[in-house]
Order: sequence, then structure tokens, then C-alpha cells
Amino acid sequence: MADPIVLAEGLHKSFGGTHALRGLDLSVPQGTVCGVLGPNGAGKTTAVRILATLSDPDAGHARIAGYDVVREADQVRARIGLAGQYAAVDEKLTGRGNLRMFGRLYHLSRREAHRRADELLERFGLMDAADRQVTGYSGGMRRRLDLITSLILRPEVLFLDEPTTGLDPRSRGEIWDSVRELVAEGTTVLLTTQYLDEADRLADDIAVIDHGQVVATGTPDELKATIGDHLDVVLEDPAALRPAAAVLNALTGTDPTMTGDDGLSVALPGGAFRLAGIVRELDRAGIAAADVRLRRPTLDEVFLRLTDRKENVA
Amino acid sequence: MTELAEVVKRHSTEVTPSMGHRLRWTFTDGLTLIGRELGRLRQEPGELITALVFPAIMVVLFGYVFGSAIGVPGGGDYREYLMPGLFAMVTFSAVMAVMTRTAADASRGVMDRFRSMPMARLAVPFGQTGADLLTGLLMLAIMVGAGLLVGWQPHRGLIPTAQAFLLMIVLRYALSWVGVYVGLAVKNDQVADAMVPLFLPFTMLSNAFVPTEGMPGWLRFLADWNPVSALTASSRELFGNPGVPSGEVAWPLAHPVATVLLWSAALLVVFVPLSIRAYRRRGR
Repeated sequence: MADPIVLAEGLHKSFGGTHALRGLDLSVPQGTVCGVLGPNGAGKTTAVRILATLSDPDAGHARIAGYDVVREADQVRARIGLAGQYAAVDEKLTGRGNLRMFGRLYHLSRREAHRRADELLERFGLMDAADRQVTGYSGGMRRRLDLITSLILRPEVLFLDEPTTGLDPRSRGEIWDSVRELVAEGTTVLLTTQYLDEADRLADDIAVIDHGQVVATGTPDELKATIGDHLDVVLEDPAALRPAAAVLNALTGTDPTMTGDDGLSVALPGGAFRLAGIVRELDRAGIAAADVRLRRPTLDEVFLRLTDRKENVA
Repeated sequence: MTELAEVVKRHSTEVTPSMGHRLRWTFTDGLTLIGRELGRLRQEPGELITALVFPAIMVVLFGYVFGSAIGVPGGGDYREYLMPGLFAMVTFSAVMAVMTRTAADASRGVMDRFRSMPMARLAVPFGQTGADLLTGLLMLAIMVGAGLLVGWQPHRGLIPTAQAFLLMIVLRYALSWVGVYVGLAVKNDQVADAMVPLFLPFTMLSNAFVPTEGMPGWLRFLADWNPVSALTASSRELFGNPGVPSGEVAWPLAHPVATVLLWSAALLVVFVPLSIRAYRRRGR
């Protein structure tokens, strides 16, 4: 396989007494989407800032397309785009004004900067708002402008730091469509997100990070397979939660988590469980179930398991 | 090959851009950022007016309300005495203007975008201070208009008048670097906005509105050495406006032109390197 286009090895970074990163490794093959998942404070943004040359690691090193992010920062900067949770555009300017200015700062000629601005506005559906001040844009439009600003120079690697945080579902969908289109053209995308469905839909590979380290990697399916199938039980009487939890614990060896007021959910180790057997056990304990279902785990459950922040039935 | 492709190639094949390239980029990127300020001004011309509301209120408040009770040392019209002080006040507003703009860029991620781009590192602070110089000139022109309206005028001819304005421009440029540094240091536009009123006492604690002679000793010392005072005193002298001190005064007011130049040089020597270092620092 070809060398990964994004490579980080043993990145360490601390701020004062807190260790944001403690030995982070990451490897992204060209033309893929890597989803970096982690709870708040796991080190996602710190990792992106180092990869995008905004911050220097205390130890370890990182390369983009073979160029070191510290020693060859100019080379890296010519190959990356960065868009994030803050729409980093000048709110006082128009959408077109922003793209033209940043185009000039990428050292395009005036004519080319104008042409590229129009091309991007047209392609990403912002032409109607092109001559309006960004202050008047909706959250989704701002984010899209931020995204296309980072595309001016056709970056090889695009860093998206929580690109849809705080957006409504439709705007999220629009950002996702844009990202898919870019990837189809060969751009490599490194995406941090708190939304697991976002990673599920967009990412080829996922790296789950917690406390500044990668705790698991794999495709969404591989990660889901690591924790086996899930059993969801909905009870007729919420008062039966505690005894039902005890039955499920006896069967599976793990504490079920609560889902809503009257439901329980538990991961099944291995595949040897039969729905009929489980129903029989609940029946024997005198628990009336409204619904019992087996299903694949969601990425959320994988994530909670891996980052160990699940909510147990007390 | 399209131009876009050429630029992409140029950026990514030059291992280290030559010194000449870097210099040219610093210059052209700086010009682009000055153009940015002009673009903002075109979108919101009201900003300039907002910035002038305060000095305009001062013209009325001091020129017509308090002024009637303030005696000009050595005699003369109070509004003639006042205008050089207001020019100095507008000059000093560079600190606040540049500080809030820099802090806004830093807190809203625009600064990070600049840093993640293959653009000239020094262009950002130079562009910002250069742009402020342009808006500063515009504001000064409006203030001169207001001054002429209320009866102020320069009396000593073209050269001294030009020298007075030149001093304002030099000090403004130096002060704008203080704004860059403070803006980068606070990194938060809300904090920066909250700091703006703190600068007011700075301009009032001077000879701009009243002579310093009547102040208590320690306060008078601060006022005498305030660059606002030196700029005001040199303008009064060069415009031939009343209030030029006679007799025993503190060194800065006896040599106001030299003081303004010394202050400007000192501010530049301290704050240009500090700002550039703060801008380049990576690590957050």
C-alpha cells in the first residue's frame, strides 16, 4: 500500500498541567475519509491543530504528504485546507469578497481569484447570497462558505474540525454531500466529530480517541463487530426495571444500560443467544416485556463502551 | 495548464521560496489585507461614523459646555485650544481600533486560517496596521472638517501644518502596533470590546482638555509624560493655536515634537517584535 498521506506518530502535547495528547498515532491513506471520534476534551482539536501547522507537538512527529508539519510547515500549508466549528471568514465582507480575498492571499492573480470565487460559489450553491454580507448568512451558509474557502487551492488534505456542530439536519446533510463530492475527486479528509452518525455515514475508517490516545481503529462495521449484537428490552411496567436488569446481567455478565423510562439495552457477548431463551428467562422471573429485539450495535454504543462513559442502571 | 493548477504547483514545488518571493508576498499579502479593510468599510461605512461620534460629542461638550468655564493659559479661544487635543484623541483611538479587530480575528478563527495558509507570516500585522493608517487618515480628515466648522484653524502656514499632521500619522502608526499586540494577547473579542472604555482615561489624563498645571503632582507627572499630551502640545505649537506653555514646564512639554518622535520610536521598537513573536507563536 502507498504511504499514508497523513501520518502522526507518538504526538504529545500538554498545556500547563493537562495532557491533551499522550502518544497519539494516526495514519490516513490517500483519498479516504478518516473520522476522529472522541468525547469533549479527548484531544481531537489539539491533534488537528498540530496537523494543520497551527501548533507544535511537545514530542512525536507528523507528516502530511511526506512533509514534516514543524520543519516543512510551508510545504504542508500549500497542501491542506482547514475548516471548522468556527466559520473562519470575515463577517463584515460579502461571501464573494471573502473568497476573493483568500484567493489573493493564496497568491492567485486578481482575475483567477475572481474566477475561482465564482466557480466555488456556483458549485456549492451560494451564488444567490454571494453579494450579501456574511453577518446575514444562516449558520449552515456560513459553514459552507468556510468549507469552500478552504478549497480555493484544491487541497490534497482537508481537515474538518466538527464541521456540522450546531447545524440543523438539513444543513448537515448539505455539508455531508459536499464532503462526499470532494472525496470522490480524490481529496483526503480528516474529520473530527461528536456526531457518530456523521462518522458512520462519511468515514471509511474511524479512530476513537480518549484521553489523548487512540483507543480503537477500524471501519464502522469492524468497530461495531467488536462489541457483538445488542439486545433491547422494553418493559410493560417500569417498576420491573431492576429485576429485569438483574436477569439480563445474569444472562450476559454485563450491566444493561437504560433506554428511556422503561427500556434496557445490553450487549451480547458472542452469538450464542436465542431470543426465545431470553424471553423464557424474563418470563420465569415474572417480568412482562412489551418488546424484545436483537440488533446490530450503533456506533454510539461502541463509542460509549470504548470511552467508558456509559450510564448504568443504578 | 490552468492558472490555478500553476499556483498549486508553484506553492508545492518551491521547497523554500526565495527571499525575493517572500518579500514580494509580504508586500502583496499586506496590500490584500489593506484591501480587506477597505472592503469592510465599503460594507459598513457607519463604522467610521461610529468611531467619530465620541470625538464629535467632545467637540460639542467641551467646545461649548465645559469650555466656557475653562481658561486657556495665556488666553485665546478655547475651541482653538481644544481641537489639537481632539486630533490627538482620534490618533490614540488607533490602539482600540486595531486591538478590537485583531482580537476578533484571533477569536473567530480568521487568524488560524491565515496561519494555516501558505501566505507571508508578516503580512497580517503589517496589513492590519497599514489599513488602520488609511482609516486613520480618513477620520483625521473628517475631524479637520469639524474643527474648521467650529472655528479652529492653523495659523502658521503650510509646512508647520503638514508637520503637525505628519506627527499624528507617525504616532498613530506606532500606537496601532500596541493594538496588534494587545489584541493578540487577549485573543477574545468580548474582552477586547470590554477594554475599550479603559483607554478613555488615558486620553483624558493629558493636556488635551485642560492644562496640566492644576493637577496634583503625581497625576501631573503622568499627564506631562503621556504621549497624548506631547502630540497635543506639538500640534498647538505647529498650528499656532493657543495654549503653548510659557515658563517652567516638564521636559516633554517643552520639547513636544522630540517627545512624540521618541515615543513613536520606543513603541515601535518594543511592540513590533512583540507582535510578530505573538503572531508567529504556535503552541496552543
